[in-house]
Amino acid sequence: MSRAETSHAAASRAETSRAEATVLRTGRRPQTAAGFLALFRNELHLTFRRLRTKVLLGILAVLPVLIGVVVKLNTDSPHEGGGGPSFIAQTTQNGLFLVFTALAVALPVFLPMTVGVVAGDSVAGEAATGTLRYLLVAPAGRTRLLAAKFTAGLVFCLAATAAVAVAALATGAALFPLGEVTLLSGDTIGLADALLRAVLVAGVVAVSLAGLVAIGLFVSTLTGSGIAAMAATVGLVITVQILDAFPQLDAIRPFLFTHYWLSFSDLLREPMYWDGVLKDLGLQAAYVAVFGSAAWARFTSRDISA
Amino acid sequence: MIRTRGLTKRFRGGQLAVDGLDLSVPRGSVFGFLGPNGSGKTTTIRMLMGLIAPTSGTATVLGESMPQSVATVLPRVGALIEGPALYGFLSGRDNLVRFDAADPTADPRTRRQRVETALERVGLGAAAGKKARAYSLGMKQRLGLASALLQPRELLVLDEPTNGLDPQGMREIRALVREVAAEGTTVFLSSHLLDEIEQVCTHAAVMSRGRLVVQGTVAELAARAQGRLVVRTPDVARAAEVLAAHRVTGLVPGEERVDGELGGPGDEALPELCAALVAAGVRVHGFGLERGTLEDAFVALTGEGFDVAG
Ligand SMILES: Nc1ncnc2c1ncn2[C@@H]1O[C@H](COP(=O)(O)OP(=O)(O)O)[C@@H](O)[C@H]1O
Ligand SMILES: [Mg+2]
Repeated sequence: MSRAETSHAAASRAETSRAEATVLRTGRRPQTAAGFLALFRNELHLTFRRLRTKVLLGILAVLPVLIGVVVKLNTDSPHEGGGGPSFIAQTTQNGLFLVFTALAVALPVFLPMTVGVVAGDSVAGEAATGTLRYLLVAPAGRTRLLAAKFTAGLVFCLAATAAVAVAALATGAALFPLGEVTLLSGDTIGLADALLRAVLVAGVVAVSLAGLVAIGLFVSTLTGSGIAAMAATVGLVITVQILDAFPQLDAIRPFLFTHYWLSFSDLLREPMYWDGVLKDLGLQAAYVAVFGSAAWARFTSRDISA
Repeated sequence: MIRTRGLTKRFRGGQLAVDGLDLSVPRGSVFGFLGPNGSGKTTTIRMLMGLIAPTSGTATVLGESMPQSVATVLPRVGALIEGPALYGFLSGRDNLVRFDAADPTADPRTRRQRVETALERVGLGAAAGKKARAYSLGMKQRLGLASALLQPRELLVLDEPTNGLDPQGMREIRALVREVAAEGTTVFLSSHLLDEIEQVCTHAAVMSRGRLVVQGTVAELAARAQGRLVVRTPDVARAAEVLAAHRVTGLVPGEERVDGELGGPGDEALPELCAALVAAGVRVHGFGLERGTLEDAFVALTGEGFDVAG
């Protein structure tokens, strides 16, 4: 086509500009790998450009500072145990332990709340504002869009966990001594080793939230209201945590996605005790598979009429 | 370009929004899709774009069936559906970047250039850096059009693109539609404004309560509307008598004028009629046919006014 166009234009100078204006370079364009991935990048961009995301990350970063200050102020008074698994007592001896304390405090409530907001709003929010229809006629492809949303949700989990961990490390270093770390098993490891463990623990915590991302995404495909989806997802997290506290429900508790969350503390023993962590990761994978499929089935067949 | 067979959509709750639609949009046309609010235009467009599934019937766009072929068809189609929708916290430019990135066939290396060209084209070059939430409705509408024009398109689907705009904004959008059509893009334009369709479209289809009333070229449709005979005279009563005697029906006497339908006799009877009026002593100040408009056609076809909602 371009050959014919060129010779045509060359043959008739006067017609050149009109020919260029009237012959459209339309027709099928091939899909490229870079083009395919562009939406994933753009989705990340969109997620982290939102003021809401920045506020959530900010709140998560303030949390360890508060814990650090409170622990510092209470150093003299005798300790009564508390939120996390005996981490707080350790924190006063070693600032690095504030990372584990903060993660243990943030994981049951604050982290899942922020993840619930982001994942719950991901599809429903765009349906509510109408941008979803323009993405779909672009055409983003429903499966591709959902995959991009899921990926962005996972990256948010990483960012959220990192916000807690990094803020905790900075606060811990500022308020308490840093040095060799005495593990829960009583063994002592060097600071570099301990930092590596902190990174490992943060990674496990982030991945522990994957199941929740899938649940939030599924809830998000059910409704056209972002607020409703966020509220439902966060409500679900709280309900599941409450259920997990009932010994009478022993039969179902191991299947609740929150059940093994705090098993990350097993990684602070020597040797590391992986049993609970692996169960957690397996459970998260199962939740991702089940709710990911449900979200896909729902989203690919749904009428977009908002 | 677009062809539907028995296209039907019944919403949950039983609302029959589109009922057995057989639409045929020729390549290269500017096709007006006309109907009052609630007549099923947007629902039809959503089905054509694969956003909602038809209850029954089929739709093909660019020769491929929808919604199965969205991935191959939609990159060649630009669409504005039921008003613009934007990310208020992003700039106009970043909104376009996002919609462009959503198309997997769009080359990321040339994205900036496409976006700038589209912005210039709709006259938003200067406001491109402003947050979209600060845009006026007209600017939002133009940004929506820009996203429909990111690529050279074979088909442009515009759902009431001038809704809510001031006359100046309407003129700008219509000028842009003509420009795009002149480049060879087929335009499918829905509207509830008759004069809009008359001004910019070559073809039109008329919807009423989810059903297709008629489709054809705009000239054909307007011709369907009977021209009305209008006599301007101070002798209204006398003129009406004479016209009635000459089998002119539907007489409406007015202020210094009488008009009626020139049913059976046709145009050949005009000189005779005029002579008869003069012979009867009617002071004829004006005498002639007023051409039918699409509005007359619509009223004649549906037997109802145009602002009746379905
Ligand atoms: N999602 C929906 N659920 C139920 N009814 C709907 C929905 N969308 C549209 N309708 C109904 O379908 C009819 C046609 O609407 P629509 O296609 O938007 O008309 P138009 O675009 O011509 O104004 C209206 O009566 C409207 O109330
Ligand atoms: Mg509409």
